[in-house]
Amino acid sequence: MSHEHEHAKEPLHVHRNPPRPDQDDTLTYYRAMEAAVRELLIDKGVITAEDIRRQVEDLDGRNAGRGAQMVARAWLDPAYKERMLADGAKAAEEIGFDVGPLKLIVVENTPGVHNVIVCTLCSCYPRMLLGLPPDWYKSRNYRSRVVREPRRVLAEFGTVIPDDVQIRVHDSTADMRYLVAPMRPEGTENWSEAELARLVTRDSMIGVALADRASR
Amino acid sequence: MGGLPAGAIERTEHDYALWEKRVDALMMLLSSKDRRLLSVDELRRNIESLGADAYDKMTYYERWIYAITQTLIQRGVITVDELGRKIKVVQDREEQRG
Amino acid sequence: MADAVAPRFHVGDRVTVRAAYPIGHVRTPSYVRGKHGVIERLCGTYPNPEELAYARPGLPKLPLYRVRFLQRDVWPDYTGQPADVVEVEIYQHWLETEGQAR
Repeated sequence: MSHEHEHAKEPLHVHRNPPRPDQDDTLTYYRAMEAAVRELLIDKGVITAEDIRRQVEDLDGRNAGRGAQMVARAWLDPAYKERMLADGAKAAEEIGFDVGPLKLIVVENTPGVHNVIVCTLCSCYPRMLLGLPPDWYKSRNYRSRVVREPRRVLAEFGTVIPDDVQIRVHDSTADMRYLVAPMRPEGTENWSEAELARLVTRDSMIGVALADRASR
Repeated sequence: MGGLPAGAIERTEHDYALWEKRVDALMMLLSSKDRRLLSVDELRRNIESLGADAYDKMTYYERWIYAITQTLIQRGVITVDELGRKIKVVQDREEQRG
Repeated sequence: MADAVAPRFHVGDRVTVRAAYPIGHVRTPSYVRGKHGVIERLCGTYPNPEELAYARPGLPKLPLYRVRFLQRDVWPDYTGQPADVVEVEIYQHWLETEGQAR
Protein backbone atom coordinates (compact mmCIF):
# COMPACT_ATOMS: atom_id res chain seq x y z
CA MET A 1 0.00 0.00 0.00
CA SER A 2 1.42 3.42 -0.86
CA HIS A 3 2.54 5.51 2.07
CA GLU A 4 1.87 9.21 1.84
CA HIS A 5 2.75 11.83 4.37
CA GLU A 6 -0.44 12.60 6.18
CA HIS A 7 -0.26 16.33 5.55
CA ALA A 8 0.78 16.19 1.88
CA LYS A 9 -1.66 17.91 -0.37
CA GLU A 10 -2.37 16.12 -3.60
CA PRO A 11 -2.28 18.26 -6.73
CA LEU A 12 -5.78 18.49 -8.08
CA HIS A 13 -5.16 19.89 -11.58
CA VAL A 14 -8.55 21.46 -11.21
CA HIS A 15 -10.23 23.36 -14.01
CA ARG A 16 -12.49 26.25 -13.22
CA ASN A 17 -15.26 25.07 -15.50
CA PRO A 18 -18.08 22.81 -14.33
CA PRO A 19 -17.11 19.16 -14.71
CA ARG A 20 -17.28 17.74 -18.22
CA PRO A 21 -18.21 14.10 -18.80
CA ASP A 22 -14.50 13.37 -19.23
CA GLN A 23 -13.23 11.09 -16.48
CA ASP A 24 -10.31 13.25 -15.36
CA ASP A 25 -12.51 16.24 -14.64
CA THR A 26 -15.10 14.33 -12.65
CA LEU A 27 -12.32 12.71 -10.64
CA THR A 28 -10.84 16.07 -9.72
CA TYR A 29 -14.28 17.56 -9.06
CA TYR A 30 -15.06 14.90 -6.49
CA ARG A 31 -11.63 15.25 -4.96
CA ALA A 32 -12.41 18.93 -4.49
CA MET A 33 -15.74 17.93 -2.96
CA GLU A 34 -13.97 15.70 -0.46
CA ALA A 35 -11.66 18.51 0.59
CA ALA A 36 -14.56 20.97 0.76
CA VAL A 37 -16.74 18.73 2.91
CA ARG A 38 -13.87 17.84 5.21
CA GLU A 39 -12.93 21.50 5.68
CA LEU A 40 -16.54 22.57 6.24
CA LEU A 41 -16.95 19.94 8.93
CA ILE A 42 -13.71 21.02 10.59
CA ASP A 43 -14.84 24.67 10.41
CA LYS A 44 -18.07 23.67 12.14
CA GLY A 45 -16.29 21.69 14.82
CA VAL A 46 -17.96 18.44 13.79
CA ILE A 47 -14.60 16.72 13.33
CA THR A 48 -10.97 17.73 13.66
CA ALA A 49 -8.11 17.23 11.24
CA GLU A 50 -6.61 14.95 13.86
CA ASP A 51 -9.74 12.77 13.81
CA ILE A 52 -9.29 12.25 10.08
CA ARG A 53 -5.58 11.63 10.38
CA ARG A 54 -6.05 9.06 13.11
CA GLN A 55 -8.84 7.30 11.24
CA VAL A 56 -6.73 7.02 8.08
CA GLU A 57 -3.82 5.70 10.11
CA ASP A 58 -6.10 3.17 11.76
CA LEU A 59 -7.39 2.06 8.38
CA ASP A 60 -3.83 1.60 7.14
CA GLY A 61 -3.20 -0.71 10.05
CA ARG A 62 -6.04 -3.02 9.19
CA ASN A 63 -5.20 -5.74 6.77
CA ALA A 64 -6.01 -9.36 6.21
CA GLY A 65 -3.52 -10.35 8.91
CA ARG A 66 -6.19 -9.97 11.57
CA GLY A 67 -8.58 -12.40 9.96
CA ALA A 68 -5.67 -14.73 9.20
CA GLN A 69 -4.75 -14.86 12.86
CA MET A 70 -8.29 -15.83 13.81
CA VAL A 71 -8.34 -18.65 11.28
CA ALA A 72 -4.92 -19.92 12.33
CA ARG A 73 -5.97 -19.94 15.97
CA ALA A 74 -9.12 -21.82 15.07
CA TRP A 75 -7.02 -24.43 13.26
CA LEU A 76 -4.99 -24.98 16.41
CA ASP A 77 -7.72 -24.66 19.05
CA PRO A 78 -11.05 -26.48 18.48
CA ALA A 79 -12.72 -24.65 21.37
CA TYR A 80 -11.76 -21.28 19.88
CA LYS A 81 -13.07 -22.49 16.54
CA GLU A 82 -16.46 -23.28 18.04
CA ARG A 83 -16.62 -19.86 19.68
CA MET A 84 -15.59 -18.23 16.38
CA LEU A 85 -18.30 -20.03 14.45
CA ALA A 86 -20.88 -19.10 17.08
CA ASP A 87 -19.96 -15.39 17.32
CA GLY A 88 -17.30 -14.04 15.01
CA ALA A 89 -17.09 -10.53 16.47
CA LYS A 90 -16.57 -11.84 20.01
CA ALA A 91 -13.89 -14.20 18.76
CA ALA A 92 -12.10 -11.28 17.10
CA GLU A 93 -12.26 -9.27 20.31
CA GLU A 94 -10.85 -12.25 22.20
CA ILE A 95 -7.63 -11.80 20.23
CA GLY A 96 -7.68 -8.09 20.98
CA PHE A 97 -9.10 -6.74 17.71
CA ASP A 98 -11.45 -3.82 18.19
CA VAL A 99 -14.14 -4.40 15.62
CA GLY A 100 -16.64 -1.81 16.82
CA PRO A 101 -20.25 -2.56 15.91
CA LEU A 102 -19.32 -5.36 13.48
CA LYS A 103 -21.61 -8.38 13.42
CA LEU A 104 -19.50 -11.12 11.98
CA ILE A 105 -20.43 -14.61 10.83
CA VAL A 106 -17.51 -16.91 10.13
CA VAL A 107 -18.33 -19.75 7.78
CA GLU A 108 -16.12 -22.79 7.66
CA ASN A 109 -14.87 -24.62 4.58
CA THR A 110 -14.95 -28.39 4.99
CA PRO A 111 -14.22 -31.30 2.65
CA GLY A 112 -17.90 -31.17 1.66
CA VAL A 113 -18.58 -27.42 1.63
CA HIS A 114 -16.91 -24.40 0.06
CA ASN A 115 -18.06 -20.89 0.96
CA VAL A 116 -17.72 -17.63 -0.98
CA ILE A 117 -18.76 -14.11 0.04
CA VAL A 118 -20.29 -11.27 -1.95
CA CYS A 119 -22.40 -8.18 -1.36
CA THR A 120 -24.56 -7.83 -4.45
CA LEU A 121 -26.29 -4.67 -3.25
CA CYS A 122 -23.26 -2.52 -2.52
CA SER A 123 -19.92 -4.01 -1.45
CA CYS A 124 -20.18 -4.79 2.24
CA TYR A 125 -17.01 -6.35 3.57
CA PRO A 126 -15.66 -6.89 7.09
CA ARG A 127 -13.50 -3.78 6.77
CA MET A 128 -13.09 -3.32 10.51
CA LEU A 129 -11.30 -6.66 10.52
CA LEU A 130 -9.71 -7.08 7.08
CA GLY A 131 -9.18 -3.49 5.94
CA LEU A 132 -10.30 -2.23 2.54
CA PRO A 133 -11.58 -4.71 -0.03
CA PRO A 134 -9.90 -5.31 -3.40
CA ASP A 135 -11.31 -3.46 -6.40
CA TRP A 136 -12.63 -6.60 -8.01
CA TYR A 137 -14.76 -7.43 -4.97
CA LYS A 138 -16.54 -4.11 -5.43
CA SER A 139 -16.87 -4.50 -9.20
CA ARG A 140 -20.15 -4.90 -10.95
CA ASN A 141 -18.92 -8.03 -12.68
CA TYR A 142 -18.02 -9.89 -9.51
CA ARG A 143 -21.19 -8.88 -7.73
CA SER A 144 -23.42 -9.87 -10.64
CA ARG A 145 -21.76 -13.15 -11.53
CA VAL A 146 -20.51 -14.87 -8.39
CA VAL A 147 -24.03 -15.29 -7.01
CA ARG A 148 -25.26 -16.80 -10.25
CA GLU A 149 -22.32 -18.81 -11.53
CA PRO A 150 -19.97 -19.24 -8.57
CA ARG A 151 -18.13 -22.25 -10.00
CA ARG A 152 -17.21 -20.42 -13.17
CA VAL A 153 -16.10 -17.30 -11.31
CA LEU A 154 -13.99 -19.36 -8.91
CA ALA A 155 -12.43 -21.17 -11.85
CA GLU A 156 -11.49 -17.78 -13.33
CA PHE A 157 -9.68 -17.11 -10.06
CA GLY A 158 -7.89 -20.42 -10.50
CA THR A 159 -9.97 -22.25 -7.91
CA VAL A 160 -11.71 -25.36 -9.15
CA ILE A 161 -14.26 -26.81 -6.74
CA PRO A 162 -15.03 -30.51 -7.33
CA ASP A 163 -18.59 -31.54 -8.20
CA ASP A 164 -19.08 -33.41 -4.95
CA VAL A 165 -18.39 -30.29 -2.90
CA GLN A 166 -21.34 -28.00 -2.18
CA ILE A 167 -20.81 -24.29 -2.89
CA ARG A 168 -22.51 -21.83 -0.55
CA VAL A 169 -22.61 -18.23 -1.71
CA HIS A 170 -23.24 -15.74 1.11
CA ASP A 171 -24.76 -12.43 0.05
CA SER A 172 -24.29 -9.96 2.90
CA THR A 173 -27.42 -7.99 2.16
CA ALA A 174 -28.06 -6.56 5.59
CA ASP A 175 -26.30 -6.16 8.89
CA MET A 176 -24.03 -9.21 8.94
CA ARG A 177 -20.53 -9.39 7.58
CA TYR A 178 -18.84 -12.63 6.59
CA LEU A 179 -15.46 -14.27 6.72
CA VAL A 180 -14.58 -17.64 5.25
CA ALA A 181 -12.37 -19.93 7.34
CA PRO A 182 -10.46 -21.94 4.72
CA MET A 183 -9.33 -25.51 5.39
CA ARG A 184 -5.97 -26.07 6.97
CA PRO A 185 -3.44 -27.14 4.32
CA GLU A 186 -1.73 -30.52 4.58
CA GLY A 187 1.82 -30.81 5.80
CA THR A 188 1.43 -28.16 8.51
CA GLU A 189 1.64 -30.35 11.59
CA ASN A 190 3.50 -28.65 14.44
CA TRP A 191 3.38 -25.26 12.75
CA SER A 192 2.96 -22.23 15.01
CA GLU A 193 -0.02 -19.90 14.86
CA ALA A 194 2.10 -17.20 13.18
CA GLU A 195 3.39 -19.63 10.54
CA LEU A 196 -0.12 -20.88 9.84
CA ALA A 197 -1.51 -17.33 9.64
CA ARG A 198 0.85 -16.60 6.75
CA LEU A 199 -0.95 -19.22 4.67
CA VAL A 200 -4.35 -17.60 5.20
CA THR A 201 -4.72 -15.10 2.38
CA ARG A 202 -7.31 -12.38 2.00
CA ASP A 203 -8.67 -14.15 -1.07
CA SER A 204 -9.09 -17.39 0.88
CA MET A 205 -11.15 -15.50 3.48
CA ILE A 206 -13.38 -14.11 0.75
CA GLY A 207 -13.62 -17.60 -0.67
CA VAL A 208 -12.26 -17.17 -4.18
CA ALA A 209 -9.14 -19.12 -3.25
CA LEU A 210 -7.97 -21.80 -0.86
CA ALA A 211 -5.35 -21.14 1.79
CA ASP A 212 -1.81 -21.19 0.44
CA ARG A 213 -0.13 -24.57 0.37
CA ALA A 214 2.63 -25.37 2.84
CA SER A 215 5.90 -24.97 1.02
CA ARG A 216 8.46 -25.19 3.77
CA MET B 1 -27.32 -6.36 -9.07
CA GLY B 2 -26.96 -10.08 -8.45
CA GLY B 3 -27.45 -12.19 -11.52
CA LEU B 4 -27.30 -9.47 -14.15
CA PRO B 5 -25.20 -10.30 -17.20
CA ALA B 6 -21.64 -9.13 -16.75
CA GLY B 7 -18.18 -9.69 -18.14
CA ALA B 8 -14.78 -10.88 -17.00
CA ILE B 9 -13.63 -9.82 -13.56
CA GLU B 10 -10.53 -7.67 -13.73
CA ARG B 11 -8.10 -8.65 -11.05
CA THR B 12 -6.18 -5.39 -10.99
CA GLU B 13 -6.01 -3.68 -7.65
CA HIS B 14 -4.96 -0.16 -6.88
CA ASP B 15 -3.34 1.44 -3.91
CA TYR B 16 -5.86 3.69 -2.29
CA ALA B 17 -5.11 7.38 -2.74
CA LEU B 18 -5.10 9.60 0.31
CA TRP B 19 -8.32 11.32 -0.73
CA GLU B 20 -10.03 7.95 -1.00
CA LYS B 21 -8.93 6.93 2.47
CA ARG B 22 -10.20 10.26 3.73
CA VAL B 23 -13.60 9.56 2.21
CA ASP B 24 -13.59 6.25 4.04
CA ALA B 25 -12.49 8.03 7.23
CA LEU B 26 -15.29 10.59 6.88
CA MET B 27 -17.82 7.83 6.52
CA MET B 28 -16.57 6.05 9.64
CA LEU B 29 -16.40 9.22 11.74
CA LEU B 30 -19.79 10.60 10.71
CA SER B 31 -21.63 7.31 11.18
CA SER B 32 -20.01 6.57 14.53
CA LYS B 33 -22.12 6.18 17.64
CA ASP B 34 -21.11 9.50 19.13
CA ARG B 35 -21.94 11.51 16.05
CA ARG B 36 -24.61 9.64 14.10
CA LEU B 37 -24.67 12.38 11.47
CA LEU B 38 -25.45 9.90 8.75
CA SER B 39 -26.22 6.21 8.41
CA VAL B 40 -24.88 3.77 5.84
CA ASP B 41 -28.52 3.23 4.86
CA GLU B 42 -28.85 6.86 3.77
CA LEU B 43 -25.55 6.60 1.91
CA ARG B 44 -26.71 3.48 0.10
CA ARG B 45 -30.03 5.06 -0.83
CA ASN B 46 -28.27 8.09 -2.25
CA ILE B 47 -25.92 5.92 -4.28
CA GLU B 48 -28.83 3.84 -5.57
CA SER B 49 -30.58 7.04 -6.66
CA LEU B 50 -27.62 7.81 -8.95
CA GLY B 51 -28.83 5.05 -11.22
CA ALA B 52 -27.07 2.15 -12.85
CA ASP B 53 -24.84 4.15 -15.17
CA ALA B 54 -23.16 5.77 -12.17
CA TYR B 55 -21.14 2.57 -12.11
CA ASP B 56 -19.78 3.45 -15.53
CA LYS B 57 -19.29 7.16 -14.97
CA MET B 58 -18.06 7.35 -11.38
CA THR B 59 -15.50 5.46 -9.37
CA TYR B 60 -16.30 3.82 -6.05
CA TYR B 61 -15.08 6.70 -3.88
CA GLU B 62 -16.60 9.32 -6.16
CA ARG B 63 -19.97 7.68 -5.52
CA TRP B 64 -19.33 7.56 -1.80
CA ILE B 65 -18.23 11.19 -1.42
CA TYR B 66 -21.27 12.20 -3.49
CA ALA B 67 -23.48 10.17 -1.14
CA ILE B 68 -21.85 11.54 2.01
CA THR B 69 -22.27 15.10 0.77
CA GLN B 70 -25.86 14.54 -0.36
CA THR B 71 -26.74 13.02 3.01
CA LEU B 72 -25.18 15.88 4.96
CA ILE B 73 -27.24 18.33 2.87
CA GLN B 74 -30.40 16.29 3.47
CA ARG B 75 -29.69 16.27 7.19
CA GLY B 76 -29.03 19.99 7.27
CA VAL B 77 -25.44 19.63 8.48
CA ILE B 78 -24.15 21.66 5.53
CA THR B 79 -26.00 23.80 3.02
CA VAL B 80 -25.74 23.77 -0.75
CA ASP B 81 -24.50 27.36 -0.62
CA GLU B 82 -21.73 26.56 1.85
CA LEU B 83 -20.68 23.63 -0.30
CA GLY B 84 -20.53 25.64 -3.50
CA ARG B 85 -18.47 28.37 -1.86
CA LYS B 86 -16.05 25.97 -0.21
CA ILE B 87 -15.50 23.94 -3.40
CA LYS B 88 -14.52 27.18 -5.11
CA VAL B 89 -12.13 28.06 -2.28
CA VAL B 90 -10.52 24.63 -2.65
CA GLN B 91 -10.25 24.96 -6.42
CA ASP B 92 -8.83 28.48 -6.24
CA ARG B 93 -6.22 27.36 -3.75
CA GLU B 94 -5.08 24.55 -6.01
CA GLU B 95 -4.93 26.85 -8.96
CA GLN B 96 -2.76 29.26 -6.95
CA ARG B 97 -0.44 26.39 -6.18
CA GLY B 98 -0.20 25.73 -9.89
CA MET C 1 -45.13 0.48 20.90
CA ALA C 2 -42.91 -2.53 21.51
CA ASP C 3 -39.23 -2.08 20.86
CA ALA C 4 -39.08 -5.05 18.48
CA VAL C 5 -41.46 -7.16 16.43
CA ALA C 6 -41.58 -10.77 17.63
CA PRO C 7 -39.96 -13.32 15.35
CA ARG C 8 -42.50 -15.41 13.41
CA PHE C 9 -40.22 -18.00 11.87
CA HIS C 10 -38.03 -20.80 13.14
CA VAL C 11 -34.94 -22.49 11.81
CA GLY C 12 -36.03 -24.95 9.14
CA ASP C 13 -39.25 -23.16 8.21
CA ARG C 14 -39.94 -23.03 4.48
CA VAL C 15 -40.58 -19.46 3.37
CA THR C 16 -41.33 -17.49 0.23
CA VAL C 17 -39.91 -14.04 -0.46
CA ARG C 18 -42.62 -11.56 -1.46
CA ALA C 19 -42.45 -10.46 -5.07
CA ALA C 20 -42.92 -6.75 -4.43
CA TYR C 21 -41.07 -4.00 -6.28
CA PRO C 22 -41.36 -0.66 -4.51
CA ILE C 23 -39.08 2.29 -5.04
CA GLY C 24 -36.94 3.37 -2.12
CA HIS C 25 -34.14 1.59 -0.35
CA VAL C 26 -34.69 -2.15 -0.07
CA ARG C 27 -32.23 -4.75 1.16
CA THR C 28 -34.00 -7.73 -0.38
CA PRO C 29 -32.20 -8.51 -3.65
CA SER C 30 -34.41 -8.82 -6.74
CA TYR C 31 -33.06 -12.23 -7.63
CA VAL C 32 -34.75 -13.89 -4.62
CA ARG C 33 -38.11 -12.15 -4.79
CA GLY C 34 -40.83 -14.68 -5.42
CA LYS C 35 -38.47 -17.56 -4.58
CA HIS C 36 -38.73 -20.29 -1.93
CA GLY C 37 -36.12 -21.00 0.70
CA VAL C 38 -35.52 -22.29 4.21
CA ILE C 39 -34.74 -20.32 7.38
CA GLU C 40 -31.12 -21.04 8.27
CA ARG C 41 -30.93 -18.85 11.39
CA LEU C 42 -32.37 -15.80 13.11
CA CYS C 43 -29.62 -13.16 12.97
CA GLY C 44 -31.24 -10.82 15.48
CA THR C 45 -33.55 -7.81 15.41
CA TYR C 46 -32.44 -4.54 13.86
CA PRO C 47 -33.98 -1.19 12.89
CA ASN C 48 -35.64 -1.25 9.49
CA PRO C 49 -33.09 -0.11 6.87
CA GLU C 50 -35.90 1.06 4.57
CA GLU C 51 -36.67 3.71 7.18
CA LEU C 52 -33.08 4.39 8.26
CA ALA C 53 -32.41 5.28 4.64
CA TYR C 54 -34.61 8.33 5.13
CA ALA C 55 -33.06 9.28 8.47
CA ARG C 56 -36.00 7.86 10.40
CA PRO C 57 -35.43 5.63 13.42
CA GLY C 58 -36.72 2.42 11.81
CA LEU C 59 -38.52 1.23 14.94
CA PRO C 60 -39.81 -1.17 16.02
CA LYS C 61 -36.82 -3.37 15.25
CA LEU C 62 -37.48 -6.20 12.83
CA PRO C 63 -36.28 -9.81 12.90
CA LEU C 64 -33.56 -10.49 10.33
CA TYR C 65 -33.12 -14.06 9.04
CA ARG C 66 -30.55 -15.87 6.94
CA VAL C 67 -32.53 -17.73 4.31
CA ARG C 68 -30.98 -20.56 2.33
CA PHE C 69 -32.02 -21.07 -1.30
CA LEU C 70 -31.10 -23.87 -3.64
CA GLN C 71 -29.39 -22.21 -6.59
CA ARG C 72 -31.46 -24.25 -9.01
CA ASP C 73 -34.61 -22.78 -7.41
CA VAL C 74 -33.29 -19.26 -7.98
CA TRP C 75 -31.76 -19.44 -11.49
CA PRO C 76 -33.65 -21.40 -14.15
CA ASP C 77 -30.42 -21.97 -16.06
CA TYR C 78 -28.11 -22.72 -13.13
CA THR C 79 -25.17 -24.75 -14.40
CA GLY C 80 -23.50 -25.71 -11.11
CA GLN C 81 -24.28 -28.62 -8.83
CA PRO C 82 -27.79 -29.46 -7.50
CA ALA C 83 -26.67 -29.07 -3.88
CA ASP C 84 -25.28 -25.55 -4.38
CA VAL C 85 -27.00 -22.88 -2.32
CA VAL C 86 -27.07 -19.13 -1.87
CA GLU C 87 -27.73 -17.66 1.58
CA VAL C 88 -29.19 -14.19 1.94
CA GLU C 89 -30.19 -12.02 4.90
CA ILE C 90 -33.82 -11.01 4.62
CA TYR C 91 -36.03 -9.02 6.94
CA GLN C 92 -39.15 -10.68 8.29
CA HIS C 93 -41.66 -8.41 6.55
CA TRP C 94 -40.42 -9.69 3.19
CA LEU C 95 -41.10 -13.33 4.10
CA GLU C 96 -44.25 -15.41 4.01
CA THR C 97 -44.80 -19.00 5.00
CA GLU C 98 -44.39 -21.00 1.82
CA GLY C 99 -47.70 -21.65 0.18
CA GLN C 100 -49.36 -18.64 1.79
CA ALA C 101 -49.84 -16.44 -1.27
CA ARG C 102 -51.07 -12.97 -0.43
